[in-house]
Amino acid sequence: MGKIAGTSSLQAVDLHCVRGERKLFGALNFTLRSGELLRIAGANGSGKTSLLRIACGLLEPTRGEVRWGGKDIRRLQEEFWRQLVYVGHANSIKDDLTATENLHVACTLAGVPRQAAQIGEALRRLGLAGCENLPARVLSQGQRRRVALARLALSKGAPLWILDEPFAALDAAAVEHVQDLIAEQLSRGAAVILTTHLEARITAAAALRIDLEAT
Amino acid sequence: MLAALRCVIYRDLLLAVRRSSDVLTVLLFFVIVVSLFPLGVGPDPALLRTIAPGVIWVAALLASMLALNRMFASDHADGTLEQMLLGATPLGMTVAAKILAHWVISGLPLVLISPVLALQFDFPREFLWTLTLSLAFGTPVLSLIGAIGAALTLGLRGAGALLSLLVLPLYVPVLIIGAGAADAAVSGLGGQAQLLLLGALLVFAGAFAPWAAAVALRISTE
Repeated sequence: MGKIAGTSSLQAVDLHCVRGERKLFGALNFTLRSGELLRIAGANGSGKTSLLRIACGLLEPTRGEVRWGGKDIRRLQEEFWRQLVYVGHANSIKDDLTATENLHVACTLAGVPRQAAQIGEALRRLGLAGCENLPARVLSQGQRRRVALARLALSKGAPLWILDEPFAALDAAAVEHVQDLIAEQLSRGAAVILTTHLEARITAAAALRIDLEAT
Repeated sequence: MLAALRCVIYRDLLLAVRRSSDVLTVLLFFVIVVSLFPLGVGPDPALLRTIAPGVIWVAALLASMLALNRMFASDHADGTLEQMLLGATPLGMTVAAKILAHWVISGLPLVLISPVLALQFDFPREFLWTLTLSLAFGTPVLSLIGAIGAALTLGLRGAGALLSLLVLPLYVPVLIIGAGAADAAVSGLGGQAQLLLLGALLVFAGAFAPWAAAVALRISTE
């Protein structure tokens, strides 16, 4: 399996996050290197999603900064986002488009256009054979999540994956597939951040864990 | 990058085709509002000729307001907007592509049907092209200015009403110049000056509005 060229480390420096009046976390530091998995744990409302959104650059931290290869991601902007795959809480799927069209748009926007054949293969890998040309509105919640996660199978060159509750709404077989995808990506030298309530069994060279209630 | 912009435009047009009721609502609204005026003010041809450009322009303004809500709201709701914010293309360019697609869906049909509606008002035929051209230059400006408002009010409660309050005052210069073009043509002054001004507004708004809307989007999605 080919290694990903040009991986960098993601570094959080003294992150504080206040939403409304509530302080979610403060003085959070971590460094995530190539091939490492970071799992963020915590109860509902403890700021897991906020932390992921800060790490993506969607949300501005109240204080502190996130660095990619030593540079602030707010300065890097597109240069950072080109290397990032973010699968958020929402599936980012248009109901009126088919699964294939949705993935085609998502990959093109991410700067890595994919052919229909590659998209079909990614969908089959997630167990969606036969659903390629169905509009997303007729898919079940779990199937829609699978479409969103099929992006991972199409983004093997991205050195950073940030996944918000990737296993939500998935059945056991699909959880297995996604865990395999993540383990493969880690072995390629990418870094992965995820939040999950499941005790995920993912083999990684190094697994970090941040418990948000503890901070 | 061009592939991404083409893709955004294609996607939005495809969505509009699959939900053609949204497009038709705006167009029918425009047709009905314009058609109400002759019924309301009576069949005096001279009066109708005078008010035609103003009525058509005001109706176009309201119709474009109606479509504005949808520019970013559905993408925001299903999360596809986040993927655009994190895309490899500068956000301003993506927003410009979305605005262009939005204009093709909601502005262009108004421009194309306006000559037919103007005939209802017995508007002089030789000046129809001035009216249509003024709308062709003006409606993209409305979409561009409206995009900033739509981005600012994204995700707010009562966004629709707030959006009107925010954006309609900014439409005033476009309305005055746009309706003035056809008026000037009818009164023999020629509408070129107004059309050039609208063109200048279009270039100016086209250069700056997408970036302003992009900044507004980043703020309102935080």
